[in-house]
Amino acid sequence: MKTLGYFPGCSLEGGGIELDLSVRAIAKAAGVELREIEDWNCCGASAAHSLNHFLAVALPYRVLALAESQGLSEVLAPCAACFSRLKGTYQGGVRIININEFMASLLEAGLAQKLTRRLGLKVAAYYGCLLSRGQDIVTGDDAEDPKGMEAAIRAAGCEALPWNSANECCGGGFSMSKTGSVLDLSQAVLDEARAAGADAIVTGCPMCHSNLDMRQLELVKRRRVPGALPILYLSELLGLAAGLEPAALGLDRHFIESRGLVRGGV
Amino acid sequence: MARIGVFICHCGENIGRTVDCAAVSAAAAKMPGVVVGVDYKYMCSDPGQQMIRKAIIEQKLTGVVVGACSPRMHERTFRAAAAEAGLNPYLLEMANLREHCSWVHSNQAEATQKAIDLVRVMVAKVRRNRALRPIRVPVEPTALVVGGGIAGIQAALDIAAGGKKVVLVESGPSIGGHMARLSETFPTLDCSQCILTPRMVEAASHPNITLMTYSEVASVEGFVGNFTVTIRRKARYVDPAKCTGCGDCFNKCPIKKIPNEFDAGLGQRRAIYVPFPQAVPNKPVIDAAHCTMLQKGKCGLCAKVCPRGAIDYQDQDRLEKVKVGAVVLATGFQLWDHAAYGEYGGGRLRDVIDGFAFERLASASGPTGGLIKRPSDGKEPQTVVFLQCCGSRDDKVGKKYCSKICCMYTAKHAMLYRHKVYEGRAVVFYMDVRAAGKGYEEFVRRAIEADGAEYVRGRVSRITRRRDGKLVVRGADTLAGRPVTIEADLVVLADAVVPRPGSEKLAQLFGVGYDQDGFYSEAHPKLRPVETAAAGVFLAGACQAPKDIPETVSQASAAAAKVLGLFAKPELEREPVIARVNRTTCAHCRACISACPYGAAKDFDIVDRAGKVLRAVADVNEGLCQGCGTCASVCRSHSVDLDGFTDEQIHAELNAL
Repeated sequence: MKTLGYFPGCSLEGGGIELDLSVRAIAKAAGVELREIEDWNCCGASAAHSLNHFLAVALPYRVLALAESQGLSEVLAPCAACFSRLKGTYQGGVRIININEFMASLLEAGLAQKLTRRLGLKVAAYYGCLLSRGQDIVTGDDAEDPKGMEAAIRAAGCEALPWNSANECCGGGFSMSKTGSVLDLSQAVLDEARAAGADAIVTGCPMCHSNLDMRQLELVKRRRVPGALPILYLSELLGLAAGLEPAALGLDRHFIESRGLVRGGV
Repeated sequence: MARIGVFICHCGENIGRTVDCAAVSAAAAKMPGVVVGVDYKYMCSDPGQQMIRKAIIEQKLTGVVVGACSPRMHERTFRAAAAEAGLNPYLLEMANLREHCSWVHSNQAEATQKAIDLVRVMVAKVRRNRALRPIRVPVEPTALVVGGGIAGIQAALDIAAGGKKVVLVESGPSIGGHMARLSETFPTLDCSQCILTPRMVEAASHPNITLMTYSEVASVEGFVGNFTVTIRRKARYVDPAKCTGCGDCFNKCPIKKIPNEFDAGLGQRRAIYVPFPQAVPNKPVIDAAHCTMLQKGKCGLCAKVCPRGAIDYQDQDRLEKVKVGAVVLATGFQLWDHAAYGEYGGGRLRDVIDGFAFERLASASGPTGGLIKRPSDGKEPQTVVFLQCCGSRDDKVGKKYCSKICCMYTAKHAMLYRHKVYEGRAVVFYMDVRAAGKGYEEFVRRAIEADGAEYVRGRVSRITRRRDGKLVVRGADTLAGRPVTIEADLVVLADAVVPRPGSEKLAQLFGVGYDQDGFYSEAHPKLRPVETAAAGVFLAGACQAPKDIPETVSQASAAAAKVLGLFAKPELEREPVIARVNRTTCAHCRACISACPYGAAKDFDIVDRAGKVLRAVADVNEGLCQGCGTCASVCRSHSVDLDGFTDEQIHAELNAL
């Protein structure tokens, strides 16, 4: 069994717990052991890195040093912000991978054969900023026309739609301080996905998920959008295709109901 | 017995201010073998040269050292003076007391001592100089011009007008190049075809010009004055001698929907075609990749309808050798593929087009007859956005350099669009407007002030296509400091100018250098801008760097002048500073042959009188050798030496220090 270092970060223990559940579930299904870095700390995203240069460097450094001392040469950081902070720092002997790279590697290692449920969805792949940008961070993809999720989406029996907002901004960290702007930006992304004919938006970032999923409730309530559009993590989509229970993947925790996406409901 | 004369120049105050020239000449006079040591204010002036000439004759000098400026400046002058006095010019050497001494030092005592050392070094060298004779090579007074665009046409016409023969080779079915595709030309807005097509006809009918279209250079042998170039005449499947250009064949050809390269893919052509109605020669070729007769053996319609029996499906590529004395490379450019810009649609948006596509839309002979219609739905665009620097000045995705012509043609596009669509809106995004040229800045001002083009300084970050077909262009207006969004119907990208595919391979055939972007390298960026490091090979047009038409034509004429200069004498005279192989010691290890950057070192068989090969050695072709000395430095048995810079001479210089 392959072993991979695992850095959950704060999101995956809180608002983005579905990402944690679904990543662990799909890793298990694929036969990969995720070993959590012991005594990990905050990656420094959002607050620390913009306020204090020392913390911006020291926090991810400590995590990387721990990983190295625990013999972890490759570490998965499913949260896009954690990935960006960790990989943007000097890495030493540790390779940091994001959720898109993780899914692609699982498919290559044989997960593709285990995806027996053809979902048949039209999907808008949403990368936001942190899974597309930073030329030295998100390597091997085109920042302006990212494609890193598409192979996984097709492997799940879905169509990756061409659409206009794949790497537009969701509002990011302004979720609390400038909710109005976040509503405007998220609405623009949702409108584009709907116009392209999407059944769901798939993302890999807890921040994007929260802005598109949680804030969508407000948009629905104010009738700024014609209806609810499910927002899934890429790991959830592959989990469903692998035949895993929606609840085991955390689908019951979304603000926008998404369990109806699987044929015949659940 | 050596009798050396040393002549020290003050160069006005240039040398004299820092170096005690009288002390240098006095010290030189005491050096072994020196019989004359004098100094003078301006040695290069006529009285100065007279001193040298007089001393050579009166003192029977066997060698001369002039302590003055760099040999690059006046070696030729002083050697000519020595020759006039009857001394072999290669027995005169210069000690550089200016650039290497007085200009870079301030302490007089030290500078004077260094000057004395430099003179002693050259005295030691010149004692070992041998008389050399210039190398003479015969010249074949025919030029090869590669590329039939405006650069190649102009060069060919100028050489032909000078009374010399020209072979003009063009890879496409017609000459004319990109200029034939343009609508109107800046800064005068005269019609491109109107000024070009008469020259195309002239080139084709000129008695001194042999036109080879649909042909490419396959291989090159020889050297300046004596190249043998093999031309691949690609199969046309139409016999040009029989064809009258009536057009029956391409009017009947059932394979109709091939995107026409000439129209940037906006129009369509048949499998048998002439690229455009004014083509020269106006005779079709068959595009073998699309012809069902050639691919599957089915159809044959063109052969049936041809009244002259000119169609030949059995036609094959032929190789033809031409002997030429000089070559002009004029292979031109193409536009960079903007598919690399994902934010501009990655090449997938049909209404995001390049500059050539817009030229064809605006051209009276284009697929829309000169009406501006967008490709997706044929509607007249009411808002057109032009993006300058697409791929230029962007070393992350595109190219580092400025493509030079885009500022001007974008202004022209905006102007033409406003002339054709009166109510339309033309918005130009730019980084800088670089309109340096005669009448250029005025032209851009005219586009802005008289024709109402809206210039926005800033970059476009994204182009997306809305469901209703509008292109949403988002960018920054950096002068106003705010983001802008424009709903456009058509976007024209001013893609970077890049060399033609295959230009690097062609450069290698001719031994011409090219830069990291594939543009051909000139011999000197300022003083030898049309020559290359390969003797007898010249450059014209955008194969060297992005250029507009006036600049291309100027360079083509300059290249023609260089060719005519080369052909002015029946023989070429070259500096005899070349490598020589000592055949008695050469072990034929071939190290020099693989090291020679000019292909001058080669194998040579020593034969007896009966023609039997006794032994193989290395040999140096006098015509090709540039005297770089690489072969001498790699030779393990010291069998290669450089005339004028022999090992013995260099060692003597070092020992004299």
